Amino acid sequence: MDSFKEIVNYISNPTILFTTVVLVFPFIFPPSDWFEKWHRRLGLHHLWGTKFIVIAMLGMVAFFMYGLGDYNFQKIVLKPDNVPISGLIFLVAFFTWLAMNQAYKNDERLNAGEKPNEYFEAPNDKVLVWPDLVYVELISLIIASAFLLVWSIGLPAPIEEPANPTESPNPAKAPWYFLGLQEMLVYFDPWMAGVVIPSLILVGLMAIPYIDRNPENSGFFSYNRRRLAISVFMFGWLVLWLMLIIVGTFLRGPNWNIFGPFEYWDIHKLEALTNINVSEIIYIKWLNKGLPDSIIIREIWGISILLGYFLILPPLLAKTFLKDMYARLGSVRYSVFIVLILIAITLPIKMYLRWMFNLKYIIAIPEYFFNF
Amino acid sequence: MLEGKKTATKPPVRKAPAALGETVKDNEVSRRSFFSWLSLGWIGFVASTGGFFTMMLRFFFPNVLFEPVQTFRAGYPDDYIIGEVDTKWKDKYGVWIIRNREGIYALSTVCTHLGCTPNWLASARKFKCPCHGSGFKSTGINFEGPAPRPLERYRIVLADDGEIIVDKTQKYQQEKGQWSDPEAFLRV
Repeated sequence: MDSFKEIVNYISNPTILFTTVVLVFPFIFPPSDWFEKWHRRLGLHHLWGTKFIVIAMLGMVAFFMYGLGDYNFQKIVLKPDNVPISGLIFLVAFFTWLAMNQAYKNDERLNAGEKPNEYFEAPNDKVLVWPDLVYVELISLIIASAFLLVWSIGLPAPIEEPANPTESPNPAKAPWYFLGLQEMLVYFDPWMAGVVIPSLILVGLMAIPYIDRNPENSGFFSYNRRRLAISVFMFGWLVLWLMLIIVGTFLRGPNWNIFGPFEYWDIHKLEALTNINVSEIIYIKWLNKGLPDSIIIREIWGISILLGYFLILPPLLAKTFLKDMYARLGSVRYSVFIVLILIAITLPIKMYLRWMFNLKYIIAIPEYFFNF
Repeated sequence: MLEGKKTATKPPVRKAPAALGETVKDNEVSRRSFFSWLSLGWIGFVASTGGFFTMMLRFFFPNVLFEPVQTFRAGYPDDYIIGEVDTKWKDKYGVWIIRNREGIYALSTVCTHLGCTPNWLASARKFKCPCHGSGFKSTGINFEGPAPRPLERYRIVLADDGEIIVDKTQKYQQEKGQWSDPEAFLRV
C-alpha cells in the first residue's frame, strides 16, 4: 500500500495535478462543438448520471477512510481548521453534479421540444414568499445554527500561543477561504495578488450580468445553450479558486513547500526554488552582462511582453478565434470581457512560467513597488 | 409599500391638491413645517453620525503609545561569530545580526513580500518565509519565492565604548543602492 501512497503523493504535486485538471477540464465542461463531440465520444457525459455520483462519493469516502489510517494524512485532514475543506470537497462535488445532472436532463427535454423541469415547479414563474420560501428559510436557518453549534463545541478552534509580530507560525496559513489568494500570492507581487486581482475578481463578478446579457435559459438549469459561459465560469470557480484552496490547505507545509497528502511535514525539506526575473534572464543569462542602470531599459522587455499580451492579443483574438463573440458583444463589452479573462489567465500562465523557467516577475520594478 | 396594501383593499380617494401656502387641515403638517422638520431631522442625523465618526477618529490617536524601543545596544563585535547569523535579537527587536569576514550588518526580520517573519534555516543557510515561501540568503538578497526585493538593513554603528548600536529608525534598501552607505554595514 505504500506504493499507492507514493503515487498519490507524486500526482498531488501541483505541476502534475494542475496540468491534468487543466487538460481534462474542457472535456468535462465542453466549451465548444469539438470538445462536446469528444465529451460524448469519451463517455464523459456519464459523469452527470446517477450511477457515477454514487460511485464517486463512495470512492471518495473510501479514500478518506483509507487515508485516515495514515498518520500524516490524518493530522492534516482532521485539523479543525481543515475540516471545512474536507467537507467542501464532498459538497462541491455533489452540488456540481446535481446542477449538471439537472442541466443535462433539461437539455434533453429542450431538445425534444419540451419545457424544462423547473417549469412545472412554478408554471407561472412565481412562487409564494409566504409560506413556501419563508418556511424553507426558517427551517434551513434552524438546522444550520444547530449544526454550527454542535460543530463549534465538537471541534474547538485551535488556540495557539499569544500573537507575536516577530514569530510567524510555520506554515502560516490564511483562513481557509483565503487560501486560494495565498496560493496566488506565491506567484505574484503582494500588491497585485493581494489588492488588484481580488478587486478585479469582485468587479468581474459584478460585470457578468452586463457582459453576458443572453436572456436564454434564465430560471432553469441547462448546459448546452450556454456552454461557453458555464465552462469559463466553472474553470475560474473550480480550478482557479477551489482547487487552489485545496492545494493551500492540504498540500502546503512548513516553509510553504509542497507536501503530498501522505508525506511527513519535514521542516528541513529542501527544494531548490531559485527564481529570476525576465530582465535577469535577458541581460545576465543571454547577453552575459550586468543589468542596465536605467529602469526603462532594464524592464523594456517585460513591459513589451505585457503590453503585447493586453493590447495586441485582444484585437488579434477578435479577428480570429473569438470573431463570433466580438460580433455578438460589440467592442466595449468584448474589451471588458477579454481583459478580465486575460488577467484571470495570467495566474496559470505565471504558475507554469515559475515551474518551467523559474521565472519570478515579467516586470520587476521593486524601486516603485511594481512587479508583475 | 404601505400604499400598495391599502389600494388592494379599497381604492384611494383622490383629493384636490392644496393651493400654495394653504394649510392642509386634516393632517396638520404643512409643506413649510414639513421642510423645517426635515431639516431638523437631517441636522440631527448629521450631528450624531459626525459625532460618532469624530469619536472613531479620536480612537486612532491614543493617549499613550507603547512603541518598542527603536534603538538598542547589541553587545560587542566579538560576541558575533564570523559567518554566523545571530537570531538572539529576533524576538525582542526583530533584527538579525550577521557577521561576515568584512564586518557586521543588521537585517530586518520583516519579509519584503507580505510582512511575515521568516525563519533562519541554519542547515540550508537561508531565511525562509513560512507564508509564501520566499527565500533570502544570509546577506538578505531574495533568491526564491515571490519576495520582490531584498530584506532591509538597519543602521549599525559603534558606540564610543565599542559596543554595537542598532538603530531601527534608519533603514537601507538594496534596490535603492543604499547598502553601500557606511552606516548600513559596520566594518570590523
